Amino acid sequence: MGYPHPSHEQENVVLSKYFGDAGARSLDGWVQRGGYEGLKKALGMTPEAVIEEVKASGLRGRGGAGFPTGLKWSFMPKGDGKAHYLVCNADESEPGTFKDREIMRWTPHALLEGCAIGAYAIGAETCYIYIRGEFTEPWRVMTAAVEEAYAKGALGPNAFGSGKRIDMILHRGAGAYICGEETALMNSIEGKRGNPRIKPPFPAQAGLFALPTTINNVETLAAVPQILMRGSAWYKSLCLGNPKSTGTKLISVCGHVQRPGNYEITMGTPMKALIYDMCGGMRPGRTLKAVIPGGSSVPIMNVAEVEGCVMDYEGIVAAGSMLGSGGMIVMDDTTDMVYQIWRLAKFYAHESCAQCTQCREGTAWTTRVLERILAGKGREADFQLLFDLADNMTGKTICVLSDSCAAPVVSGIQKFRGEFEAYMSGTRHPTAAGV
Amino acid sequence: MSLDVLSPGGHAGGHHSDDAYEPVFTGETLSRLQTLFGRYPTKQACLLPALWMVQENRGWISQQAIGEVAAVLDLTPAYVKGVVTFYTMYHTHPVGRHFIQVCTTSPCGLCGAEDTLRALLRETGCGEMGTTSADGRFTVIEVECLGACGFPTPILVDDTDFIENVTPERISEILSRYP
Repeated sequence: MGYPHPSHEQENVVLSKYFGDAGARSLDGWVQRGGYEGLKKALGMTPEAVIEEVKASGLRGRGGAGFPTGLKWSFMPKGDGKAHYLVCNADESEPGTFKDREIMRWTPHALLEGCAIGAYAIGAETCYIYIRGEFTEPWRVMTAAVEEAYAKGALGPNAFGSGKRIDMILHRGAGAYICGEETALMNSIEGKRGNPRIKPPFPAQAGLFALPTTINNVETLAAVPQILMRGSAWYKSLCLGNPKSTGTKLISVCGHVQRPGNYEITMGTPMKALIYDMCGGMRPGRTLKAVIPGGSSVPIMNVAEVEGCVMDYEGIVAAGSMLGSGGMIVMDDTTDMVYQIWRLAKFYAHESCAQCTQCREGTAWTTRVLERILAGKGREADFQLLFDLADNMTGKTICVLSDSCAAPVVSGIQKFRGEFEAYMSGTRHPTAAGV
Repeated sequence: MSLDVLSPGGHAGGHHSDDAYEPVFTGETLSRLQTLFGRYPTKQACLLPALWMVQENRGWISQQAIGEVAAVLDLTPAYVKGVVTFYTMYHTHPVGRHFIQVCTTSPCGLCGAEDTLRALLRETGCGEMGTTSADGRFTVIEVECLGACGFPTPILVDDTDFIENVTPERISEILSRYP
C-alpha cells in the first residue's frame, strides 16, 4: 500500500498489505495473517528444492543490483563441512529509498521468516541482520520480534520443531552509507572499518568471517515466504509482459509529488501511472522536470524519458536509467538542477570510504567544481573537467560508490546543460551552496 | 592523556590521567557484552556493539574509553580509534545533553530541509553545526540520508528518537520535549 496513504487500486499489495497494522508485529499476529506457512512448507522440502522454487519464481535482488536470488543461493558450496552464513542487508541508506524501513517496522516476522527460509536453503545456522544505526524504531521492533521468536521456540536449536538450528542476530551499524555495499557490510560486522573488499573471492566462497556467505536485501527476503506459500508460478505471473522482471516491487516515492510514500506495484507498471495516479501527480500548478528512479545512484531522467517508461529492470534501462533500489526522487519545475546535482555529489564525497584514489579525490573534486559553478565562477571548460573526472570514477574502483557519483553528474549535464550555462554566463544569480 | 592508553592491550583500570576514569564494562554492562561474545566467532566482531554501549553510558567515546574497549576485546587502542572515526554516529568529543541529527540530503533538501536545519540552529541557540549551545543543552549537525525520504524532514535525537515531518513551525514544540 502507498503507506502512509490508503492502498491505491493500481497497486498490487503483497509485501505491504499489513503496513500500518500494529497487530501484524507479533508472532501470533503474523501467524493469524498467514505467516510462517511459507517456512513450514520450506522445512518440508529439501534445500535444493527451495532454491529451485525461488529460481523458478524469477525473484531478483531488490537492493539495487537485481541479481537472481535463487541463482545466488545456488552458488553456496554443498557438503563443505564449513559454517555458512546468511546476512540480511538492512542498511537502507540509498537517498530516496525507505521501503525496508517499513517492512521492518510493520512486518518484522515477514523478514524473520524469509531469513529462516534463506538460511535453510543455503545450509546456514546463523543469520546476521545488519540494521543501519539511525533506524531506531525498526531496531526496536525487530529486537522485540527476535526475542519473541526465541521465547516461543520459533528460532534457536529446534526452529519450528524442525530439528534444525536457526539463529538470528541483529547487528547495529553506526553511520556509514558504504556499509550497504555487501563486502563493506561484512567488514563492519567483523568489527572493522567499512571498507569494501576486492572481489574475488565472492561472498559465496569467502564472505563473513572468511566463510561461505549469502547476502540479501530486506525486501528480497521478505518476498521469499510469499513465493513458498503461493508458489513460484503465481509469483512469476506477476508481471506485465516482461518475464525477466517478475513479482511486485516496493517503490519509495519522494520529492515534489502530492502523496509521497511506499507504493507496491506489479513489475512493468508505467512510471506515469505511479507518478500521476498513485502519487497524485505534482503539487498544484507545477509540472514534472526530472526523475531519479532508483535511488540517487542512477542516471537522472527527463520528462521525455519518463513518457512511456515501464517500471521494471529492463524497462528503466531502456529509458536511460536503472530500477536500482526503487527509490524514486521526483522533481518539479521549481528545482534548480545544478544545486541538486551538487548536493548529490556532496553526499558521495561525504560517504566515500576513501580507499580508492579515484573516489576519494574524484567525489571531492567534483563537488568543489559544482560549488564553483553555483558561485557564478564556472567556465565552459568545467564541463570537460567534470566528464574527465566522471570517466576516472567509473569502473575503476573497488566498489561502485564513485560510479554512483558520476551517474547523476554526467546525466545531469547532458540533460540540463542550459542550467549550468546560465550560472556560467551570469543569467542566473550565484547560489550559496549549503546552509 | 596517559601513555598506557596508547600501548597495545593497555589495561583500562591502570590510567593515571588527570581525570579519574570509571570503567564502562563492569556489572550489568559487562554481562551484556559477554552475552554478545557467544553470538560471534570473534571478540573483534563485538566492537561496534561495545562502542554503542560506551556511547549509551557516557554520551561520547573518550580516549580512555577507547583504551578500555581495546583491552576488553584484545585489540589495540589505535585499531579501535580507526574504527570509531570511520563511523559518523560515534562521538569523539562531548556533545550537548541532546544531540540532534538533521537530514539535508537531496530528497529532504527538495522539501525544505535546509530551512528546518537553519531554524533548529537558531532555536537551539547552537548557531552553527557541531557547536554546543551555551547552556549545554543541544548540539545540532547535518547528516546524510536518514532513510525516511517520504517524510521530510526527519531528525534523530539522542540516537533514540526518530522524528518525521519536522518543519520550522514544529521545532519549538519538539525542543520542549528535551529539557
